[in-house]
Amino acid sequence: MSDPTQSSDRRGPGDAPQRMEPPTTDVSAPFWAATREQRLELPWCTKCEEPIWCPREVCPGCLGTSIEWRPAAGTGTVYAVTVDHKPQNPGMAGWAPYAVALVDLDEGVRFLTNVVGCPPDDVVVGMPVEVTWEALPDGRQLPLFRPREVRAPDAAGARG
Amino acid sequence: MIPLRGAAALVGVADDASPTGELDRHGRALEAEMVRLALDDAGLALADVDGVCHAQSSMAFAEYLGIHPRFTDSTNTGGSSYEVHVEHAAAAIAAGLCEVVVGVYASTPRSDRRRAGGQQGRWMPPGPNPQAEWEWPYGIRMPMGPYALAASRHMAQYGTTPEQLAQIAVSTRQWAAMNPKARYRDPITVDDVLASPVQSSPLHLLDCCLVTDGAGAFVMTSAERARDLRKPPAYVLGAATCHDHLMITQMPDLTVTPGAVSGPSAFKMAGITPDDVDVLMGYDSFTITALLHLEDLGFCAKGEGGAFVEDGRTGPGGSLPMNTNGGGLSYTHPGMYGMFLLVEAVRQLRGECGDRQVHGADIAVAHGSGMVLSCMSTVVLGTEAAR
Repeated sequence: MSDPTQSSDRRGPGDAPQRMEPPTTDVSAPFWAATREQRLELPWCTKCEEPIWCPREVCPGCLGTSIEWRPAAGTGTVYAVTVDHKPQNPGMAGWAPYAVALVDLDEGVRFLTNVVGCPPDDVVVGMPVEVTWEALPDGRQLPLFRPREVRAPDAAGARG
Repeated sequence: MIPLRGAAALVGVADDASPTGELDRHGRALEAEMVRLALDDAGLALADVDGVCHAQSSMAFAEYLGIHPRFTDSTNTGGSSYEVHVEHAAAAIAAGLCEVVVGVYASTPRSDRRRAGGQQGRWMPPGPNPQAEWEWPYGIRMPMGPYALAASRHMAQYGTTPEQLAQIAVSTRQWAAMNPKARYRDPITVDDVLASPVQSSPLHLLDCCLVTDGAGAFVMTSAERARDLRKPPAYVLGAATCHDHLMITQMPDLTVTPGAVSGPSAFKMAGITPDDVDVLMGYDSFTITALLHLEDLGFCAKGEGGAFVEDGRTGPGGSLPMNTNGGGLSYTHPGMYGMFLLVEAVRQLRGECGDRQVHGADIAVAHGSGMVLSCMSTVVLGTEAAR
């Protein structure tokens, strides 16, 4: 349990902020491989025709193992958001405050991420967002999200 | 099927905490002391015990006590573990698997830091697991972040305000003022809560539970045997559990907890409605946690928790006394707080709570919440009159 009264150690000004690098598993290897080319992919059950998140060996709908990685649009909507002022990871102290958000991807899965590219307090529930990338030291890229401009409905309709 | 309602009772309880936030004992010694006090409270001896519940290892703890239980439960659902233990123990007693069960908890995070020479544990990247891969790289604060997300969603969906959440902390502090062992007893205002530093928005410092030492234990036995013991029994009238996620990304709806399943199930078994509840002990790791319980247990409609609490209804003199020991927000919170819900519920039913006693309390509910709104376990307790 975290102690709300205790402050994190802060890095000196010269140190670059450091995220915790996500570990990888066999089941998530295709996800991380795609990120190296800034492609966001999701695992789909080919039987249920449903996306699965987070990645796992079997489909939680049918327990089948017929899983296929498919490109995701990289667009979604903020479902909930919190701005963290005192990170537990001292390596992220230099980034605080920052927005941690649950983003509902258009494919129908919910992704935990940071929304960047605007002041953290400007991130609100319902905000349209799109994927953006941050390089990790090992060449993988971490998917983050940023505010997305939405075309006016009539403009979108004009295309069809 | 063996009917569970009224088949078993809590007959002994103990807990300890301190205004300093620290206790002298720790570890097994503290656990053993809690068991000794709870058995003494019941008028039973260690030799009577044939069942053990412990959220880390019931085997290691039984070995330490030198007892050979025939019912054992090491279930760990986080803070709701102790409500789950009561549910399981009641079922085991009803089925005749055992007669006398002890459950115990002790944790001393505050004094542990002193014993470690003031050294903070170094922050260590955890090993491979889904949370480490998909949640922690984004710097989400645990466990506060997921609760902050739930509060954010509730506010956006239902218009719940920071002031309404703050009122829960204010009402709870009013109860703590009447508990000599509470960590914080000075009154606070809604403005005080809102002026305290934002931790993970929209949660302020005073929306968050404490980090303190604390310990407790319970003793349970059959209804038959309970009647001959030292104190009036607190009968288990209903008990139910549900979990629907572990990681916050997997929670289906951040405004609805699995208490919406466990609560009504337990109330149905007990044959009660929310109107019958005299004391609600609803796990308050954060103000939003308690607010969600009020809705999911049916004390108000979904989305109306903010309006429900804002007139101080859950404080002293209100129509729904909630967290009368001062709660995790002001009494104690050693990490897995569910034990203290049970202890206070039993004491309220016995009329042992002094200044904070809810007069004529016949039905008390202990509603535990484990991990990040993940596992809810509801225990309905009642006096002989309510049985």
